Amino acid sequence: MRCFIGIDLGSTTTKAVVLDEQQNVIGRGITNSRSNYDTAAAIAKQEALVNGRFHLFRQALAQTGALNGQLEGFLAQLERDFRAEQYLEQLDDLAVTCQRSLASAKFGDDAKVVGEALDEVFRRIAAEAPALFAPGARRKSDFFRDIAGSQYLAAGEAVAKELGIRYDYLLNVFDRSIIEVENRVYAGSIRRHLLAALERTFEAMPGTAGRRTQVEAPVKGILDTEMEETYVVGTGYGRARLPFSKEHVRSEILCHGLGAHVMYPQTATVLDIGGQDTKAIQVDPTGIVESFQMNDRCAAGCGRYLGYIADEMNMGLHELGPLAMKSTKTVRINSTCTVFAGAELRDRLALGDKREDIMAGLHRSIILRAMSILARSGGIRNEFTFTGGVAKNEAAVKALKELVFENYGEMTLNIDPDSIYTGALGGATFAWRAVVEEGKTAEARA
Amino acid sequence: MSTVATPASGRKPEVQKEDAMWLQKELINRNYAELARARAENRKVSATFVPGNLNELLMCFDFARSLPETNALQNGMRKKSGKFIMDAEREGQSEDVCTYVKADLGMMQGGEVGPTGEPLPRPDVLLLSYTGCFTFMKWFELIRHKYGCETVMLHVPYQGEGRIAPNMRDYVVRQLKESVIPTLERISGVKFDIDRLREYMKESAKAEEDLVAVLQSAKNRPSPIDGYFGAVYYIGPIFTAFRGTPEATQYYRQLRGEIEERVRLGKGPVTPDGEMGEERYRLIVEGPPNWTSFRDFWKMFYDEGAVVVSSTYAKVGGLYDFGFRHDPDHPLESLAEYCLGCYTNLNLPSRVDMICRYIEEYQADGLLINSIKSCNSFSAGQLLILREVEKRTGKPAAFIETDLVDPRYFSAANVKNRLESYFQMVRQKRGAAVGAH
Repeated sequence: MRCFIGIDLGSTTTKAVVLDEQQNVIGRGITNSRSNYDTAAAIAKQEALVNGRFHLFRQALAQTGALNGQLEGFLAQLERDFRAEQYLEQLDDLAVTCQRSLASAKFGDDAKVVGEALDEVFRRIAAEAPALFAPGARRKSDFFRDIAGSQYLAAGEAVAKELGIRYDYLLNVFDRSIIEVENRVYAGSIRRHLLAALERTFEAMPGTAGRRTQVEAPVKGILDTEMEETYVVGTGYGRARLPFSKEHVRSEILCHGLGAHVMYPQTATVLDIGGQDTKAIQVDPTGIVESFQMNDRCAAGCGRYLGYIADEMNMGLHELGPLAMKSTKTVRINSTCTVFAGAELRDRLALGDKREDIMAGLHRSIILRAMSILARSGGIRNEFTFTGGVAKNEAAVKALKELVFENYGEMTLNIDPDSIYTGALGGATFAWRAVVEEGKTAEARA
Repeated sequence: MSTVATPASGRKPEVQKEDAMWLQKELINRNYAELARARAENRKVSATFVPGNLNELLMCFDFARSLPETNALQNGMRKKSGKFIMDAEREGQSEDVCTYVKADLGMMQGGEVGPTGEPLPRPDVLLLSYTGCFTFMKWFELIRHKYGCETVMLHVPYQGEGRIAPNMRDYVVRQLKESVIPTLERISGVKFDIDRLREYMKESAKAEEDLVAVLQSAKNRPSPIDGYFGAVYYIGPIFTAFRGTPEATQYYRQLRGEIEERVRLGKGPVTPDGEMGEERYRLIVEGPPNWTSFRDFWKMFYDEGAVVVSSTYAKVGGLYDFGFRHDPDHPLESLAEYCLGCYTNLNLPSRVDMICRYIEEYQADGLLINSIKSCNSFSAGQLLILREVEKRTGKPAAFIETDLVDPRYFSAANVKNRLESYFQMVRQKRGAAVGAH
């Protein structure tokens, strides 16, 4: 089948969206862009295609009615089993890579016992893997580096203590190995993993095993269907790194504008607050960007600001919003400058203000900055769509609602749960249009 | 004069320029050489600003002529301004003020060596013709404070009503007669001769005629020139120490010839990387360029096939395309009108009118504003201009932010991101317009 793919290489995460010929979103994929943009793009795309396969499984299995009533449960189990398979493969790779790193490390006589410790650490992590992918399991992150990293640190500390070796040896080996592992794309093993996961799922849900043939046939049929990368469009700050010709690259302004339009066809104004920049975009009724404004080179008031505040407060990024929502009093934080805000925050704490009130003030100050960029772009018009990582933060949304109402009156505010994929969706839509509407074919890298 | 066209020595082979660009460079360098010799030749030195300057008048008193803004931008292009600005800040100048001022003050601190490496003499007189920038006054106040040199001020009324009223012109003429000319006579020791001024003005008008023809050649498709990045070379002689000289007249005649030949051959502009490829976007630009990353900045345009067909900056020293010429028959009145009519002295509605007119006459795809971080004078009102032009022309406009000569304020990734978005937006809108027909 023909697939149309958009890849958004952001500064912190890389997202991909796959559209089918009817312009339906069939898959979404995300990964971290920290170490290598090329790998990040490949992985995000691969993840989106895998997600697309699941979408097709659902369609096909729903049609046959083979899993009547159990379809969603089955697919959820299948996905968890598949993730576990993927995780174990990467974990094996990490174990081998760590041993290789150890061979070149200068630990002297300790090398042997560190090698034994590594074996023990990986044995423990592997044993814990099923629990990580059990139904209802909560993971702090879905990225291998984060999951395996926290498991490794915990197991490593215990093992080091038990064997009486230095913990920092283990840390050293991990640090030297993780980037290498993270930058490998395991494209060849997806089919194998899916088939293995299918077996596990039948085991985990014995009730379904009886209908094995009816279930297997469509799943295998879909696995045999080639998901052809008909046309790919890249966007985001890392777009220049993509192995595409210029024709396949669009600015993120256009992609966010179009993506928001696809999600909400009535959208007139789009605000995107990402990790490093804030964009205010005005789009016409067909999704064409009419004007835009961005923050200047200073990323004050962008997502990174919240990250910095979270670090300052020794909290998780996702905890900031909920804390701010507990606020009962308005504290005014004047600075959107990351560094000044840190000073203001400590000052406010010293004055005796409550953390939740200060947090609410910080969220408001981010949105105040966004309001100014919005004003520069031509103001807020109905409907208004808020996208980007910060749109997930309830305190930011609350502040935005208040300020929009104060300044512009009643407006429809759209926030899609998949808003993080807006840019990639716009890219995929450009890809779809290029082929379906303009009859273009993919071009080689210029 | 043909020898004048020989490229200056030390030319880097990879940079391509039109012949007239080499000639321009040589003229500018020649002025620095003249300034360097001024003391030895017992010449007096004047310093004045570019917008609406009184070059012909200063020549009547045999002054060697220094233009601090030009010095700053030349230092910017030569990558020297960053240090100067930091030096000036260390001496107490604020981080946010005009970086031309700080580059100039920093240069003085560094031993008063000009952009070409030759000494730059301290001025004997500061001629402050106030044309729309309040910072000018403070700038010369700082220089006067440093050198104790004389300052003569020409107050040019702002065109608040969007036109030059007769009493405004009379006011400027009276200042010229009662204050500026007597002061310049006294400092230079040269008696003012109005016929000498008339002669210079005859030359000015000739050069002005040719310059307008050059700038308006951008109405052709493809445009044979870049009316912003290329035009900054073209306007060099006429807005600085050469307007009124036969060299300038010769320069513009030669330039016009070259450009007319390009039009005949259907050629696009010459960029530092050679002939520009296909003309894909025609833009109007408002705001000065960034000088410290000038070539990188330009490249972001020509790599995408974007040519600037007209810019307000190319009119910053004086506005000729709507008919003004220096008039030898009314020398002082004409000088007054020149000062009153320069771009920085226009009010916002006039600027909007001008840009809208350019968009129409040059068949431009849209407007791009380069807002200068440290320029309070230019930046005020730019977003209003943008909004109004969008409304009136229906053409897309965009906004980028850089600085004049402070390398710290040029973020290439940020600028490129916005420019690419803008070009794609123009393309997309054009596609939509075609589809609608």
